[in-house]
Amino acid sequence: MLLIKCPFCGPRPEIEFAYGGQAHIERPKDPMSLDDEAWAEYLYIRNNTRGVHSERWRHINGCARFFNVRRDTISDEILVTYKVGEAPDAVPEKDRPTKGGAVR
Amino acid sequence: MKRFSAISVVREALRGNSAWPRQWRSPEPKPRYDVVIVGGGGHGLATAFYLADRYGVRNVAVLEKGWIGGGNTGRNTTIIRSNYLFDESARMYEHALKLWEGLSRQLNYNVMYSARGVLMLAHNIHDVQSFKRHVHANRLNGIDNEWLSPQECKEYCPPLNVGGEMRYPILGGALQRRGGTARHDAVAWGYARAADALGVDIIENCEVTGIRRAVSGGVEGLETTRGFIRAGKVGVVAAGNTSVVMNMAGVRLPLESFPLQALVSEPVKPAFPCVVMSNTIHAYISQSDKGEMVIGAGTDAYTSYSQRGALHIANHTLDAICELAPMFRRLRMLRNWGGVVDVTPDRSPIVAKTSVPGLYLNCGWGTGGFKATPGSGDLFAFTIAKDEAHPINAPFTIERFREGVMIDEAAAAAVAH
Repeated sequence: MLLIKCPFCGPRPEIEFAYGGQAHIERPKDPMSLDDEAWAEYLYIRNNTRGVHSERWRHINGCARFFNVRRDTISDEILVTYKVGEAPDAVPEKDRPTKGGAVR
Repeated sequence: MKRFSAISVVREALRGNSAWPRQWRSPEPKPRYDVVIVGGGGHGLATAFYLADRYGVRNVAVLEKGWIGGGNTGRNTTIIRSNYLFDESARMYEHALKLWEGLSRQLNYNVMYSARGVLMLAHNIHDVQSFKRHVHANRLNGIDNEWLSPQECKEYCPPLNVGGEMRYPILGGALQRRGGTARHDAVAWGYARAADALGVDIIENCEVTGIRRAVSGGVEGLETTRGFIRAGKVGVVAAGNTSVVMNMAGVRLPLESFPLQALVSEPVKPAFPCVVMSNTIHAYISQSDKGEMVIGAGTDAYTSYSQRGALHIANHTLDAICELAPMFRRLRMLRNWGGVVDVTPDRSPIVAKTSVPGLYLNCGWGTGGFKATPGSGDLFAFTIAKDEAHPINAPFTIERFREGVMIDEAAAAAVAH
């Protein structure tokens, strides 16, 4: 089980959270102008990264807020968690999980 | 290939089983092949076998980055069934089931296909209605599936608890008698041995690191850890790592990879006569011929390539199994492990040509690909050899996500399968 650091509530076990899929997918600003190809890209095509993956999580059994996580999908180690709208580098070093911080 | 027969087995037994040859060669890669299959799991090996056996393409190589059958083929819970709701899926899985029935004879290798029946349990009114709909749809497609009352479930599988004290009591079940299990390793080995005998090169410890494309855009060959291999056509059958391989050709896919877990218990005497599945409380259980209870758990919530899952996922399944079959409450678990499965948005596979000439794709089997191994191999071999889809896999395109023509088994089953 992952130990996930909610940016609002602190570290909590994975069962308090819901996974929200790949992060930073922008909703089309003008949906009517999209062709089928662009809709398929928005709705279904995913990076499915092997390596460092940016993803959304929701603290559904806590503060219920969405936030972003960077996780290595090979080791499942969480590198950093950050609020929506924030850049991951904006998270102070002391608030980032240390090596091995993501326990399984 | 030295054929297995009653006479050869007895003769070799008398000689101390010392004269059996290696089951397949370990060749150096040739500079060029007509077809190169990327991925030496069950589906890839079956594709190579049918290319050589049915479609006359003998200059074929299978590249495997580890050892054959070491991925999901060796990690699944070996359930075979074809009782899918939609016509497209029913045709696909029934094609595979028909091949399973004659597979040991065709490969001259005992894959231990055992039609012991697959019983899918219903625990609420929605399940009952949905499974009855499945039964009727399957019958219209000529696929056996029947409805059992709770008492009939108990008679078919005596360890089941059909008492009313369960949180989710058993309200009945859908039984496909032709469903069952097979020995997963034997499937990989049998296909490898039979393909090798037809001249297919099986190249293990050979990882694809790049897909080289010609000026025309078509596939020219593969960069690998064992050098460049020129290829007329390339078929990618890389399961959980499909996105990684296809990225090398610049093709983005509607796939996400998740860890899926399984576990086995200590071996016990024959106690469980069939396969029992429960989508609602999430338990999949059968007994192997070695006596272990083989248990399938769910996927983790997040995408991962780690080949391991979290303990709470396995725990959840064991909770359900202790309710379903209380006699297993004191059974100890021996091992658990995970495999990385590639899941599409509609939970149906992709078996199709791609936008790159000479590049073919077989992926997206998600959590239930083992049952399709022979059919998937045959249809993919057809697609590669003829450069067009067989009518059975014609609906399973990549373009269906653009066109909206889904084969929505996710909605039909309401669960990963």
